[in-house]
Amino acid sequence: MSPRGGMDRRQFLKIGAAAGGGLLITSYLGFSFGNRDVEAMPPKLDLDAFIHIAPDGTVTIVAQNPEVGQGIKTTLPMLIADELDVAWNDVRVQQGDLDTEHYYRQIAGGSTATPTQWLPMRRVGAAGRALMKAAAAATWGVPVTELETEAGLVHHRASGRTLSYGTLAAKAATLPAPDPESVPLKKRSEFRIIGTPVRGVDDEAIVTGKPLFGIDQVRPGMLYAVFQKCPVYGGKVKTANLDAVKKEPGVRHAFVVQGDGDVDTLSAGVAVVADTWWLAHSARNKLEVKWDEGPTAAQSSRGFAARAAELYGKPPVNVLRSDGDVDAALDSAAHRVEAEYSYPFLSHVPLEPQNCTAHYHDGKLELWAPTQTPERGRSLAARTLGMKEEDITLHLTRIGGGFGRRLSNDYLVEASWIAREIGVPVKLLWSREDDMHHDFYRPAGFHRLEGGVDAEGKLVAWRNHFVSFGEGRRFAPSAGVASDEFPAGYVRDFTLGTTLLPLGVPTGAMRAPGSNALAFVYQSFIDELAHAAGRDPLHFRLDLLAARSGETRLDADRMTGVLRAVAARSDWGRGSLPSGTGKGIACHFSHRGYFAEVVQARVSKAGKVAVEKVWMVGDIGRQIVNPLNAENNAQGGAIDGISQALGLEITIVDGHALQSNFDAYPLLRHRDRPEVDVHFLVTDNPPTGLGEPTLPPVIPALCNAIFAVTGKRVRSLPISKLDLSWS
Amino acid sequence: MSFTLNVNGKSVTADVPADMPLLWVLRDILNLKGTKFGCGIAMCGACTVHLDGRATRSCVTPVSAVGSREITTIEGLSADGSHPLQQVWLELDVPQCGYCQAGQLMTASALLARNPHPTDQEIDAAMSGNLCRCATYLRIHEGVRAAASRMAAASTGGGPGEPDGLAGARAEEER
Ligand code: FES
Ligand code: FES
Repeated sequence: MSPRGGMDRRQFLKIGAAAGGGLLITSYLGFSFGNRDVEAMPPKLDLDAFIHIAPDGTVTIVAQNPEVGQGIKTTLPMLIADELDVAWNDVRVQQGDLDTEHYYRQIAGGSTATPTQWLPMRRVGAAGRALMKAAAAATWGVPVTELETEAGLVHHRASGRTLSYGTLAAKAATLPAPDPESVPLKKRSEFRIIGTPVRGVDDEAIVTGKPLFGIDQVRPGMLYAVFQKCPVYGGKVKTANLDAVKKEPGVRHAFVVQGDGDVDTLSAGVAVVADTWWLAHSARNKLEVKWDEGPTAAQSSRGFAARAAELYGKPPVNVLRSDGDVDAALDSAAHRVEAEYSYPFLSHVPLEPQNCTAHYHDGKLELWAPTQTPERGRSLAARTLGMKEEDITLHLTRIGGGFGRRLSNDYLVEASWIAREIGVPVKLLWSREDDMHHDFYRPAGFHRLEGGVDAEGKLVAWRNHFVSFGEGRRFAPSAGVASDEFPAGYVRDFTLGTTLLPLGVPTGAMRAPGSNALAFVYQSFIDELAHAAGRDPLHFRLDLLAARSGETRLDADRMTGVLRAVAARSDWGRGSLPSGTGKGIACHFSHRGYFAEVVQARVSKAGKVAVEKVWMVGDIGRQIVNPLNAENNAQGGAIDGISQALGLEITIVDGHALQSNFDAYPLLRHRDRPEVDVHFLVTDNPPTGLGEPTLPPVIPALCNAIFAVTGKRVRSLPISKLDLSWS
Repeated sequence: MSFTLNVNGKSVTADVPADMPLLWVLRDILNLKGTKFGCGIAMCGACTVHLDGRATRSCVTPVSAVGSREITTIEGLSADGSHPLQQVWLELDVPQCGYCQAGQLMTASALLARNPHPTDQEIDAAMSGNLCRCATYLRIHEGVRAAASRMAAASTGGGPGEPDGLAGARAEEER
């Protein structure tokens, strides 16, 4: 059982005949969660229309969540199809639109889809299967208990009769809905699709270049828009040479949008609308805007770092946790280490630039949007435009990468506003420069740490002053730390305090928010303490996990399990490596997942780093739904982490981002890819998500490997800015 | 200005400004959406097409510079998705979000056309101009190798080459 508690739910089914023959299964589902990660969710929502069975036996299953590359458009239908007991080859998958009446929690974020949909989706499928059996029982006049299903067929063994689901669909549509709470679910050993390698349902369309993505949407008579915002966040338009821009070839409209002063919805800017995107983009080169830049123009990365250094000399403003007596424990420690760590702002840069297609007519708005949070997007558009939500239709498109960027819906609101202004269909498309200049960045952060180890080599004291962003006690988005973040609860004398700097730069969640930075700091510093005590970094961590002393979310047994497994797979502590090559280890718990990773890296004498191999062991519960997809996603998580640690940084200068395209933001490339060995421990815990928890440990594991080679500690990122030469 | 272009074996005309990059002519005038926009400065490879068989970044290629060269886009890589690279991509389930993959396939197919037996280093060199933000590089690399051996086997009349097994990730029962 998970230490975080389970869920209570009520699920109701509704069935009916489908237009054109066949059967529709509709499900109404009520949830109440005892899990604090998801407690912000409304207590009751509905699901609808997941399954359509045609008379010829073709099964269409609706995938309700946004697909950003995490594979959910394949995974959720797998859950339904397996319990429905149909052959995967007979299944067609259709993307659902935003429909809060019938679908529940259409979100791509927080690695939440698997834990929240694992049971509801299976129940939808199981109810469908029960219905098929009931229809066959009624047709033959035999008890349901004598019937079996297999790959879209119902068998009555006693009489040797068989009927297909397609044949039974019409009859099933007239029967009462089974109670999804009581329909039997398959046992693990009965799964035929779940747990098997299934390739992405859009793979064929992708490799043949079919239009799938937001950027590919076309509407009749559609125009194209660009939107120039103030480079400084929160700036306003004073004047713009609209008349000159309107004279440029192909330009149909140019107008100022004053916005609502909120970067989350509608920033001030100038819209240019033209016959093609290239013409709109070219006309923009002629645009001259005088901006009122506002107070954020005084902010810079350098200024934040200087302020943090000053604040280290003072006690933290907010104390989040104070266990025992850290002063005394540090004073009596056998070994004591002090260090300052920092990390930069980062941009998400999904490869598909932000875009949204919109059509406003007759008081209604229709949107085609690559958004991770369609429900929130619609509500922000409604609020900003003063419309009713029911007057807005939102179609989900495939999304060319999210990583958290498309949890925000600024592009969607901008497109909506422009569409109402011009009254014809319009596609707003940002340039890469727009994207990198107007992100909700992974926030930078600054940490001062002091730690103490006793004579037996055990971690006994920990003090952390975290200088982050926000107001008073309230963190800026994704700039926070939880009071029970590891090693909290495992060190008897422990304090965690924060001082928050005001920030005008927008920040937001990026793959494993919080964790992608905190794991670097805490798992690197734990490594420093292990070395100070002369202990093996693996055994030092195992001892720490055995020393639970206070409140914590982290299940030490599960973390110990992945640590031991990754040590075994990577031959940790065994054999010898050539000079210049070293290994580092780290572990981290986030988004309900337990991951331990070992990195093997080579560092040349001149200090150039090459990552050779990553071993990853994860524990995300008792079932990997789609192992083919899971491996791909996990390998991507590891390489994503290495990419950001090695070379990525957004520098804020005078309130705007300095970097604007991939020439200045060197994502890891094909030739620099490490080998990534992925392994999952199957434990008796509920299945949880994978998109995020793979990433955090790889960064400190890499930094710890660099230390193993060079004796130099990576205390600030990116690594490319450090002198790691050694002799 | 009017330009006559040879796209996927068909002659088409486009009335567009001379400086309009081929990318936007393909996407917004000819409605071929398979070629993608990622950066606009030849740094990501999402917009890769073939010009007379050479992998070319269409985002920085003005339409006026194309001339009579044959343009091949992902839509024209094969008539029915049967190019060995496309087939291997399905077998290995290479895509995550999929946005970069048309560009990856166009770069890889140009490589294999000119060098049917590339070494790992040659694959690295050819493919490193194509970013994959989802970091599917391991499967891309394996896919290029597998397609190369399959094409070699087909041309010598041998059986089809099989992709190597996937690198791990076999969920395993612990208890
Ligand atoms: S869009 Fe052409 S290389 Fe990036
Ligand atoms: S698969 Fe997403 S960018 Fe390559």
